[in-house]
Amino acid sequence: MYEILKKRKLADKIWLMDLKAERLAKACMPGEFLIVRTDSKGERIPLTVCDYDREKGSVTIVFQEVGASTYRMADLNEGDSFADVVGPLGNPSELTKMDPAELKKMSVLFVAGGVGTAPVYPQVKWLKEQGVIADAVEGAKTKDLVIMEEEMRSVMGDHLYMMTDDGSYGHKGMVTEGIKDLVLNQGKHYDRCIAIGPMIMMKFVCKLTKELGIPTVVSMNPIMVDGTGMCGACRLHVGDEIKFACVDGPEFDGHLVNFDEAMSRSRMYKTEEGRAFLKAQEGSTHHGGCGQCSEGGVR
Amino acid sequence: MAIDMTKKVPVHEQDPKVRAKNFEEVCRGYTEEEAVEEASRCLNCKNPQCVTGCPVSIHIPEFIHEVKERNFKKAAEIIAESSSLPAVCGRVCPQERQCESKCVRGVKGEAVSIGKLERFVADWSRENHVDLSKTAPKNGIKVAVIGSGPSGLSCAGDLAKRGYDVTIFEALHEAGGVLVYGIPEFRLPKDKVVAAEVGNVKKLGVKIETDTIIGKTVTIDELMDKEGFQAVFIGSGAGLPMFMGIPGENASGVFSANEFLTRNNLMKAFLDDYDTPIHCGEKVVVVGGGNVAMDAARTALRLGAEVHIVYRRSEKELPARAEEVHHAREEGILFDLLTNPVEILEDDKGWVRGIRVIRMELGEPDEKGRRRPIPVAGSEYEIECDTVIMALGTTPNPLIGNTTEGLELNRKKCIVADEEKGQTSRKGIFAGGDAVTGAATVILAMGAGKAAAAGIDEYLQGERNK
Repeated sequence: MYEILKKRKLADKIWLMDLKAERLAKACMPGEFLIVRTDSKGERIPLTVCDYDREKGSVTIVFQEVGASTYRMADLNEGDSFADVVGPLGNPSELTKMDPAELKKMSVLFVAGGVGTAPVYPQVKWLKEQGVIADAVEGAKTKDLVIMEEEMRSVMGDHLYMMTDDGSYGHKGMVTEGIKDLVLNQGKHYDRCIAIGPMIMMKFVCKLTKELGIPTVVSMNPIMVDGTGMCGACRLHVGDEIKFACVDGPEFDGHLVNFDEAMSRSRMYKTEEGRAFLKAQEGSTHHGGCGQCSEGGVR
Repeated sequence: MAIDMTKKVPVHEQDPKVRAKNFEEVCRGYTEEEAVEEASRCLNCKNPQCVTGCPVSIHIPEFIHEVKERNFKKAAEIIAESSSLPAVCGRVCPQERQCESKCVRGVKGEAVSIGKLERFVADWSRENHVDLSKTAPKNGIKVAVIGSGPSGLSCAGDLAKRGYDVTIFEALHEAGGVLVYGIPEFRLPKDKVVAAEVGNVKKLGVKIETDTIIGKTVTIDELMDKEGFQAVFIGSGAGLPMFMGIPGENASGVFSANEFLTRNNLMKAFLDDYDTPIHCGEKVVVVGGGNVAMDAARTALRLGAEVHIVYRRSEKELPARAEEVHHAREEGILFDLLTNPVEILEDDKGWVRGIRVIRMELGEPDEKGRRRPIPVAGSEYEIECDTVIMALGTTPNPLIGNTTEGLELNRKKCIVADEEKGQTSRKGIFAGGDAVTGAATVILAMGAGKAAAAGIDEYLQGERNK
């Protein structure tokens, strides 16, 4: 069992948790992910490592309630335990493998969308430890959904550019507007862009950075079961090649990823998941999600 | 009633029509009376050939003799000397190609039903709580076993019997490897049989750490240098699924058999109160002809689909156990033999809508003696379906090879280890099972685990006497 040491609400339906997992905390690196399971009947849920404390033996996860399993995760409190926490999985961010001298010369732009901010954080933190301050564009739908701004600011100060879709906080517009402003209006040059967020966001960021000529890395989070290469559910096209996000990624060259296919594949279990979510919410009153309740019950 | 000594005592099976709709075990096994009767068919040969056909060399005539005498406990003890997982092997071994293929009874009739007798003894022993946990005195020497599948369990069990302090490291959340994620409930019950056999290995003193991925969570070198393990056995299996590389293979609704079976077996998607979803359409095509293809097909059938097996060779070349093919047919699986996929067809939403196949004919035998399938020009046609399951085999996981310096791998990324003792290119590191041979059977993996246990014992004795 893996104890929840800390639980914090970051925004509506978005949670941060520190979990006790000693071996994992000792081994993990920015860019890698882990898998949790709430109980013996739960799903295996892949989540990016958002921070780690090697001394305390803890790792940090951030998740949004989107389905039955994450809904149940949000129900757990400090002192409760997950049945399973396993990892690290995938490969560390390519930045961590670069020569430090080389890295210092680089100008890096991070683009974080929604919950994707959480996995960006360990990377900017790691870069700062190497003496590199990157720029970052962080986007959210609206002010209430902005997360981890304080943590990001503590590492990068003024280098963080906030965007909200509705303009309720920071600049108004999508993250792509922010990138355009930095590059086209402020004349900034970037050797590398790292974009993490919803697939649709990564798709449009990549479209733009390709035009701007900025090599871009994305972190893919497709459907997976075991996370060790066994099931192949997470396969995606990167150029002409088929790759497994779990063992070949999760980071890939964003200009080569087939996002349309990846998005279509990520919707594969939508009906089944919707049904499970209704069941989790309605408990014993659930009767299969016929969809007729809202129309005055069964006719 | 006169007994026809040339025929096996028939075994009870669930009616095909009924079992096609449930996940309960197909074969019910022998009753005591039936087992004793079948045991009486054994000729107790002086020079028993059946034993030479068994990868773990169970003393077959001896245990069958005890069954005949109704000394079931003694029979269980005899099997336990050679095998750690008899209830599993009695169910999933391809006996017709091993022990039973050598049985003298088979010359003029049917071989003795050795597999069913093994299963009977193992089940009886479990139901009657026979204690098989006798080990040599503990010697305190730590050995790590990577993977809790058939090779790992068998190696760990044998080492524990010799007194070693054994820890198994398992990447998934449950012990058993392919026995829990791959082989379905209707062929190998998880709680009743697999969990009980794993429990027996634990009773020998073996510790199991789940959720630990060797090569990621901790490396082999860390286990040996920092955690005091004197030797390591790698039984990590062949877990990576293969695909055909044909167009449309990434469409929604195309699954590896591994994914389909793992969702169903390990994650129990077929049970309502488990969260993991599974997608099984109304018409499913399973590509492949091995045991895994049969398992996937019969699982899809039980989830309510019409199922076709598409296999490029003919009936005779089907690599699956004869019993599985027979059961699949009985249950209503349709076999499209001498047929090979060329493309998976998608609808406008990216979902599978069919599969384009081509007819095949058999040409000259290849190096393994199997006749090579050759496409028949102009014979392409479409099969309508909404789900495609690829059961084409698996390759070893590169995680351990990539993170263990000096560990020699071959061209196919299999770990190089000598067959007799499992010794790898690194001192103190042994390997066996699918990680060495590529995808094979449960019993061959068990045999390799057993051989490596002897190899590790010999190595550690030698180290101690230095």
